[in-house]
Amino acid sequence: MFRRSEQDRRPQVQIFVDGVAVAARQGDTVSAALLASGRDARRSTAVSGAPRLPYCMMGVCFDCLVTIDGVGNRQGCLVPVAEGMQVEIQKGRREIGR
Amino acid sequence: MSVAPKREDYDVVVIGAGPAGLAATATSAEAGLTTLLLDENIGPGGQVFRAISSTPVTDRNQLGADYWVGADLVQALRASNAEVIHRATVWSLDRNLDIAVSTGGASAFVKAKRVILATGALERPFPIPGWTLPGVMTAGAAQTMLKSSGLVPDGRTVIAGQGPLLWLLAAQILRLGGRIDRILDTTERRNYFAALPHAFAFLTSPYFTKGLVMMREVKAKVQVVSGVTELSASGEGQLASVSYVAGGKRETIPADLLLLHQGVVPNVNLAMAAGIEHRWDDLQLCWSPVLDAGGNSSVAGIAVAGDGAGIGGANAAVVRGRIAARAAVEALAPAAAAKLATMAALRSDLAKAERGRPFLDTLFRPASQFRIPSDDTIVCRCEEVTAKDVLDSVAIGATGPNQLKAYRRTGMGPCQGRLCGLTVTELMAQARGKTPQEIGYYRLRAPVKPITLAELAAVPKTEDDVKAVVRG
Amino acid sequence: MRIEYDVAVVGGGLLGSAIAWGLGRLGKSVAVLDEGDITKRASRANFALVWVQSKGLGMPAYTIWTVQASQAWGRLAFELKQQTGLDVALQQNGGFHLTLGEDEFGQRTELVKRMHNQTGAADYKMEMLSASEVKKSLPLIGPEVSGGSYCPLDGHVNSLRTFRAFHTGFKAFGIDYFPERPVSAIGKSGGEFRLTTPTGELRAAKIVLAAGNANQALAPMVGLYAPMGPTRGQVVVTERTMPFLPHPLTTIRQTDEGTVMIGDSKEDELDDRTLKPPISGVMADRAQRMFPHLSRLNVVRSWSGIRVMPQDGFPIYDQSETHPGAFVACCHSGVTLASNHAFEIARMVAQGALEPELVGAFSASRFGRAGAANDSGY
Ligand SMILES: Cc1cc2nc3c(=O)[nH]c(=O)nc-3n(C[C@H](O)[C@H](O)[C@H](O)COP(=O)(O)OP(=O)(O)OC[C@H]3O[C@@H](n4cnc5c(N)ncnc54)[C@H](O)[C@@H]3O)c2cc1C
Ligand SMILES: Cc1cc2nc3c(=O)[nH]c(=O)nc-3n(C[C@H](O)[C@H](O)[C@H](O)COP(=O)(O)OP(=O)(O)OC[C@H]3O[C@@H](n4cnc5c(N)ncnc54)[C@H](O)[C@@H]3O)c2cc1C
Ligand code: FES
Repeated sequence: MFRRSEQDRRPQVQIFVDGVAVAARQGDTVSAALLASGRDARRSTAVSGAPRLPYCMMGVCFDCLVTIDGVGNRQGCLVPVAEGMQVEIQKGRREIGR
Repeated sequence: MSVAPKREDYDVVVIGAGPAGLAATATSAEAGLTTLLLDENIGPGGQVFRAISSTPVTDRNQLGADYWVGADLVQALRASNAEVIHRATVWSLDRNLDIAVSTGGASAFVKAKRVILATGALERPFPIPGWTLPGVMTAGAAQTMLKSSGLVPDGRTVIAGQGPLLWLLAAQILRLGGRIDRILDTTERRNYFAALPHAFAFLTSPYFTKGLVMMREVKAKVQVVSGVTELSASGEGQLASVSYVAGGKRETIPADLLLLHQGVVPNVNLAMAAGIEHRWDDLQLCWSPVLDAGGNSSVAGIAVAGDGAGIGGANAAVVRGRIAARAAVEALAPAAAAKLATMAALRSDLAKAERGRPFLDTLFRPASQFRIPSDDTIVCRCEEVTAKDVLDSVAIGATGPNQLKAYRRTGMGPCQGRLCGLTVTELMAQARGKTPQEIGYYRLRAPVKPITLAELAAVPKTEDDVKAVVRG
Repeated sequence: MRIEYDVAVVGGGLLGSAIAWGLGRLGKSVAVLDEGDITKRASRANFALVWVQSKGLGMPAYTIWTVQASQAWGRLAFELKQQTGLDVALQQNGGFHLTLGEDEFGQRTELVKRMHNQTGAADYKMEMLSASEVKKSLPLIGPEVSGGSYCPLDGHVNSLRTFRAFHTGFKAFGIDYFPERPVSAIGKSGGEFRLTTPTGELRAAKIVLAAGNANQALAPMVGLYAPMGPTRGQVVVTERTMPFLPHPLTTIRQTDEGTVMIGDSKEDELDDRTLKPPISGVMADRAQRMFPHLSRLNVVRSWSGIRVMPQDGFPIYDQSETHPGAFVACCHSGVTLASNHAFEIARMVAQGALEPELVGAFSASRFGRAGAANDSGY
């Protein structure tokens, strides 16, 4: 859906999405990295299980919710990637304690 | 990783680091007031200057000169001795000017003598059939990715809607070598006539030539369909096609990405939760705070600047930020105000910056069918409530958004009405034959953005607070 | 002269709605007059417990009334489902009140003892449990939980959906609901009540005042008395999560939608537009000490509501001697008692007289004219 511009010279950052290594760039948000990765990053809603992807990329819509380093329901579009970050695509409601 | 505020009390706390907040903070700090700037984003710039200090898009022509002026504002901020915290989400502001802010998973609590709200704008909801499908995003979302990560659309891309931002985004995507298959312009034809009386002011405003050049640039490369009167997205669990009607003719085109945009509206959540009075703006079709000439709201000590005060664009935001900061300086350190630009000078700057706005507002007034959905189209994305559900609620007695909320949970999800509130107000107004002002809005309260229970639990409390909760 | 309605119900919250629905169910022609969107309406701010334990200290009749309501709730839920298709998610598998630390445990034990010693109170098997006993039913409790009380009759419901179900049911029963028509004056002439509203007069043979705290002002218009002493309560709610809490608690419950509700304060403040974050903070703190897993959950909203509260904390159901056909009904715990209102109060209003053996204890005559202190526990 998206690709990176050639002039992007930012250093690479490696994150893991559902355990698989994904190359991101320093300064990417988690959602941007997911959309750039070409992977299926659709979450499913807590209400009906409908699939969703980020909609606003500015912290408004909450359609970018992901589990980051074991913590569920984080807004991926507001969190910058960090080396070794573990991201999980969230299906449905979050579990407590996660 | 994030830092907490250094003090508990500030003369001025500015919320939002877009043009309005950047200008307000620098002005206030230069005048010697202890000033704290809080912003939710990773870096300064707000929406228009997003990623101004970190963008990988280094070719200056691609983002355009209007973008790079943001660097000067950041420069001025850095030169001042204001305290600045990013990734800091303000989740509570009340009439006592007590502020709760979440940074790095913990909350801090500060008090201000004056607060300048510069929380900016959001893109107007665009509730068409299929707008919740993966692959449908806002134009602003694409622009955010373009500015902050140098990402451009790659697959079959359709941009639909109207307004200056749409053309700017299209131009930026093309300059970065991204793909746009078609642009569907939803501007109503009759708006061109309605806007005529304002045309002179517009022709002499800076928007005019810039806008014309940009549209020409885009139209040379992309097929633009104007007069689009119907629009929908469809696909099984993922966008597959976009369907539209223009000139009475329906067409369906395959698409991987649909970018929607029909203007921006003030982000009212924090202001409303603070108890600031808002009124329905019939021209801009949104809620705007009631303000005096200094930007002061109905709550003593809180001013609103920038697009949160009513849409005026980046230049107006800068001036409004300076006006609000000057008003704060006049109140708290009158002697220091002498160093600042006079109110009269600022007002004339503002008039200049706002030139052409009525033209744009009239020309790009979104058509009612794109604001007020029907049938199974989702209104509330969070709780998955449709237009029909809303109308059913009106039929059993909901007279406004708050009773609707009780019946249907609209606005009760994590976005707290940001993406359904305007739609709900207008849909109910239409159904009941009332004005949006009569219908009203959701009653908003802290936390205006979700925080963890642990953060809420950390709020400082007294014995009396405990007693109000603990009982046999 | 044509009388427009058999009964006009003033107030469209849970009390007015339940009574109106019950009257419609009996074939009466009913009008409900209500305020509009912005109003103090406890029925959309409450904690949604169908709660028995600790109710009625100081008034055994209230205990009996509450137990009866709890037992009739299943029938109400069933009938609402039949009529409207809406599942109000009634769950009555017993509820807990948890205590933190020894002091609270001691106090609660005292309360349970006093309840048991009260003559005339129905035996509803409220008992104290140690922390380890609680843990068998609620495995996720934290180390600070010292135990708690348990009552097998306790439960909860989706009260907003119940509210919607009543209003949906109005249509099928031919009940006219009139929002934005607050009643400003009531008179009686020619054997009928005349209610003044902004959009004209409405006439009815009988009236039920169910306007919550506003009953205090309306009641004297028809020779009734309803002394109120409202309080404010704050509630905090989280995002939806997977089910983790099998029973409702007095201060924490997981809704059928998955959100976790955390309640609820008692404050003298009566402005429901504002909130006190420190009070939400206390509630959040106690919740996470009861269930440490909750600490990472996101709070999405909080609100405050004004409790409908008769001055001594117990319900008021009364009928007018000077204006026969005029009734008043108000209480805290309008969720819990909804079944009684729909079935019993509605039946009595339809008949034209309250039955002293069932609700005689709730007459406002108990107040004397000076009012009373509220030591009912709310
Ligand atoms: C997605 C988007 C893209 C846009 N792009 C352009 C463009 O390219 N060119 C243009 O001329 N105009 C653009 N606009 C219009 C824009 O509204 C104005 O040009 C300008 O950005 C308004 O400036 P501002 O200072 O009022 O607010 P903004 O620039 O919107 O800044 C508001 C800031 O407040 C922060 N904030 C909000 N709530 C909180 C909170 N509770 N706690 C902490 N921080 C908070 C936000 O994160 C943001 O950084 C865009 C608008 C949007 C919504
Ligand atoms: C925080 C909180 C937690 C609670 N928790 C529980 C619980 O767990 N379990 C439980 O059983 N109960 C609980 N309650 C109590 C319960 O919500 C109330 O008892 C119940 O909602 C009262 O219903 P009502 O119809 O009497 O009052 P309301 O819902 O207040 O309705 C009164 C209605 O009268 C209308 N009105 C006012 N004046 C006029 C007029 N002049 N003319 C026409 N209409 C008028 C108002 O607009 C309103 O619609 C709680 C309450 C609160 C605030
Ligand atoms: S994409 Fe909308 S909140 Fe993150």
